Amino acid sequence: MTKLENQLLDILREDCRIPLEKLAVMTGTDTVQVAEAIEQLERDKVILRYAPVVNWDKTDRERVEAMIEVRVLPQREQGFDAVASRIYSFDEVKSVYLMSGSYDLLVLVQARTLKELALFVSEKLSVLDTVTGTATAFVLKRYKEDGVVFENARDDGRLVITP
Amino acid sequence: MNYDRYLNRAIAAVPPSGIRRFFDMASTMKGTISLGVGEPDFVTPYHIRNAAIDSLLRGETQYTANRGLPELREAVSRYMRERFSLSYDPKTDIVITVGASEAIDVALRAITGPGDEILVPEPSYVSYSPSVIFAGGVPVPIVTRQEREFRLDADALRAAITPRTKALILPYPNNPTGAIMPRADLEKIAEVVREKEILVLSDEIYCELTYGEEPHTSFGSLPGMLPYTVTLNCFSKSFAMTGWRVGFVCAPAPIAEIINKIHQYTILCAPRQSQAAALHALEQGFADGFADVARMRQSYDQRRRLMVAGFRDMGLDCFEPLGAFYVFPSIRSTGLTSEEFCQRLLREKKVACVPGTAFAPSGEGHIRCSYATGLDKLNIALERMADFIRAL
Repeated sequence: MTKLENQLLDILREDCRIPLEKLAVMTGTDTVQVAEAIEQLERDKVILRYAPVVNWDKTDRERVEAMIEVRVLPQREQGFDAVASRIYSFDEVKSVYLMSGSYDLLVLVQARTLKELALFVSEKLSVLDTVTGTATAFVLKRYKEDGVVFENARDDGRLVITP
Repeated sequence: MNYDRYLNRAIAAVPPSGIRRFFDMASTMKGTISLGVGEPDFVTPYHIRNAAIDSLLRGETQYTANRGLPELREAVSRYMRERFSLSYDPKTDIVITVGASEAIDVALRAITGPGDEILVPEPSYVSYSPSVIFAGGVPVPIVTRQEREFRLDADALRAAITPRTKALILPYPNNPTGAIMPRADLEKIAEVVREKEILVLSDEIYCELTYGEEPHTSFGSLPGMLPYTVTLNCFSKSFAMTGWRVGFVCAPAPIAEIINKIHQYTILCAPRQSQAAALHALEQGFADGFADVARMRQSYDQRRRLMVAGFRDMGLDCFEPLGAFYVFPSIRSTGLTSEEFCQRLLREKKVACVPGTAFAPSGEGHIRCSYATGLDKLNIALERMADFIRAL
């Protein structure tokens, strides 16, 4: 990773709609260099997607989320990767992490209703051969995501003008 | 009742800060984007805040030594040595103060006798000249110019020195201009100091915020300059700790002794929890190579480039500031005075800047714009300013 790539990641992580011209000014380079660096980051799969952080609670969509702790049997020569792949292939699954500690995979699942989500666990997840146990915890409220506080975000506590 | 005869005339005669007047105007207007804030937009890093909480929970609610917590002075000594090649004895040369503001005050009072002249490069921070007057001295301005990138010129310094000159205030990196003094320029100042034997009060509170190739040079680290130098610094800008009010002054032992005398009678000690937080800021900095400072510096640098380019695109003459977090563009081409420009910009476009004249008469023709504000707001402010200038 070059210094420019690092700088661009820091800026884009906060706001990925900043035009190339401004990115070039901010990093002291030119638009060609910035465009190339971003393309490289995309080619290397460092940047995977440009997506907004959404507070779904403020929309009228039916939506329920759960975090499921999954215990699995690792498979010969493939470890956890094959099991993880089986699990993350489901559309309902938003994220999958391999964890240290008392369980193996943390699976973030999203569905429209509680019933749909429960069915996913009982009919799709628990029945996989390699899954030995699950513990489902429903998300009641989201306070902060990707560094963004959803409500009661702190105001700028500074005076309007100071010396 | 008329209080005139009760009031201290010398102090009553000092004009109120031009910033204060502008603050009163700007703070009543909703939807204003302020480029007038002279403090970081970062909140103090979490671990530093936590250190103060821990200190409170440990029951550390008593006074500290007048000069400050011994561990903090040790850490300041190490910080000054490792980062700026300055050698200060924590027992005799360092006093922890209530921000650099107190440091300026006590340092000036420690050295200024009635009628002594203190040289103040201008434009510069609003409190120097009043503090000189409060100390019974006479502030003597030395005007710096955009053509010389607002650096202090050795010849101008030499010309300003009289037999009454006691000291020079050296305010770099500079608020409001964003100017720095590269080592080569400081060396020329050092020659004059050596020749004329005046003291230097080097206010280096923005020492961590420089953006050029050359790192900040502390004046006292130049050969032979330590005995002439009082170094003022604080945690406010480097560690985003303005509200904690904790700074320090480093001076040759006999000067530090007098500084501490004033400090102990008037202040007693800097707030203990602030000292605990400051100590943690330095210890963490030693451990991780001052990662927080580096992160904030990079963010300021990006915004700095954006602002300078933005002003130049508007057709304003804008020298490239390499320090602090201010841009000081010239607005002469608009035909407005600094005051008119800022008042109209505020009323018509709801963007608050500070007129250069708030920092000295020689600031006329310039405005101070702080880029310690979120990128989204900076971009909107630049658009509004461009609209304003187009419509003039």
